[in-house]
Amino acid sequence: MDRSNASGPVVGVLGIQGDIEKHLQALERLGARGRRVLGPRDLAGLVALILPGGESTTISKGLDRHDLVKPIREFAEAGGAILGTCAGAIVLSRASTNHPVPTLGLIDIEAERNAYGTQLDSFIAPVDPPGDPAATGGQEEWAGMECVFIRAPRLRRPGPSVEVLARVDAEPVLVRSGRIWACTFHPELTDDLRVHQAWLEGLRARSMPAGPPADPSADPDR
Amino acid sequence: MSDEQGRNGNGRRGAEAFELKVGLAEMMKNGVIMDVTDAEQAKIAEDSGACAVMALERVPADIRRDGGVARMSSVEMIEQIQKTVSIPVMAKVRIGHLQEARVLEAMGVDFIDESEVLTPADDEHHIAKHDYRVPFVCGARNLGEALRRIGEGAAMIRTKGEAGSGNIVEAVRHLRSVVGEMRMIQAMPEEELMATAKKMGAPYELVRYVHENGRLPVPNFAAGGIATPPDAALCRSLGAEAVFVGSGIFKSADPAARARAVVHANTHWQDPEEVLNACRGLGSAMEGIEMETLAESERLANRGW
Repeated sequence: MDRSNASGPVVGVLGIQGDIEKHLQALERLGARGRRVLGPRDLAGLVALILPGGESTTISKGLDRHDLVKPIREFAEAGGAILGTCAGAIVLSRASTNHPVPTLGLIDIEAERNAYGTQLDSFIAPVDPPGDPAATGGQEEWAGMECVFIRAPRLRRPGPSVEVLARVDAEPVLVRSGRIWACTFHPELTDDLRVHQAWLEGLRARSMPAGPPADPSADPDR
Repeated sequence: MSDEQGRNGNGRRGAEAFELKVGLAEMMKNGVIMDVTDAEQAKIAEDSGACAVMALERVPADIRRDGGVARMSSVEMIEQIQKTVSIPVMAKVRIGHLQEARVLEAMGVDFIDESEVLTPADDEHHIAKHDYRVPFVCGARNLGEALRRIGEGAAMIRTKGEAGSGNIVEAVRHLRSVVGEMRMIQAMPEEELMATAKKMGAPYELVRYVHENGRLPVPNFAAGGIATPPDAALCRSLGAEAVFVGSGIFKSADPAARARAVVHANTHWQDPEEVLNACRGLGSAMEGIEMETLAESERLANRGW
């Protein structure tokens, strides 16, 4: 459902399970309109889609049961932007390890699930400072950002198309491949929305994707 | 810990940070948490799309039938379930049992339910939950009880309902009570907040939070008596952000089918066509208990203070 009257882009949030509302609230604060995606027809007219945090097993199984695997791959191929946080990053990956779940293969990186351990190993840490020689992606724009890791995955073996945008402890925590962004922490749980903002700015910077055209007769609440 | 927010020298914080406890509860939103008694059931729950499992030796319906003292489950059983599934594993401790909670924390369970389903260990006090690194969920029948538990450090609230009854009426009563009292506090003038906090037996700062935000500061889930897909949808429509299903799944005729159906209805609670689809081909639900046939002393929801 559209959450605000802002004139910004309509951004889908996969509505199967997880902290869907937190992402909708983040979008609203940034002047974008959020819409829950529960089936292929909810993708019509979208330029961008968020795969939220939650349980990657539940979300991965839900994608299959809701016939969303192929439509989301087509959405990405048509130039649609996708941001996956935590479980969403696992779902976007080339493959997952440690109790593997089926993934979409939309970014050339492996996700090691629960790589830090159980909830007792969850933590909050600042992003590595810019200029650190180990952190090719230690960019100025994230300076001071606090990253919330909850039963988080680690990203392994990035392919050549993957750009590391930010690191914590010299390990990649925010990566992109074109318009597909994967993030192992939860920017939606904090007031610091730089990740959402930078990802959304990428939409404005480039032309609209040649995806399925918006259906003006479609019910905006779908 | 070097500053008031628990940051160490590197600016890092660990699992004791309340944001991380509430954060895991946030990740369970829009999901179904299922009671399981062994690794095989845990696998069925995970395969059906559960977002977490609650490991316990006997489901509430059997605790009710068997009587006797109900305690924390055997550690071997919980470990077996931890090895089998990759979704979060929760387990129950008796109300006020500080040391059962320390044992589960040492085992690395992801969430502890300080639960009225087990026989209380303390008939006046609950656990001081901020002192633990593991997050806690507690049951509540009304807003005052919910805010007392949050004041003690609970990172998630669930309705008590009447566990093991297969009867949704108590969960509905508790949800309406919590949500209705929040609406009332949100609408009331500021000068009435203190007297309301006193009357409810709730911390003033938390009453104030509800007044300003119209919701609890932690996720609010439903539990107790959920047996069918429309039961889950009903709880969601009354304001629950996720549901626990206890005896309802593994006391039914076809647990795997029912587990999938409850997950589906929970996701699509706003779409009656999809809830209808979830109702097909399920076989019989668990048998239920009429509340009038339960003496006050047999009602688990009355435990907790």
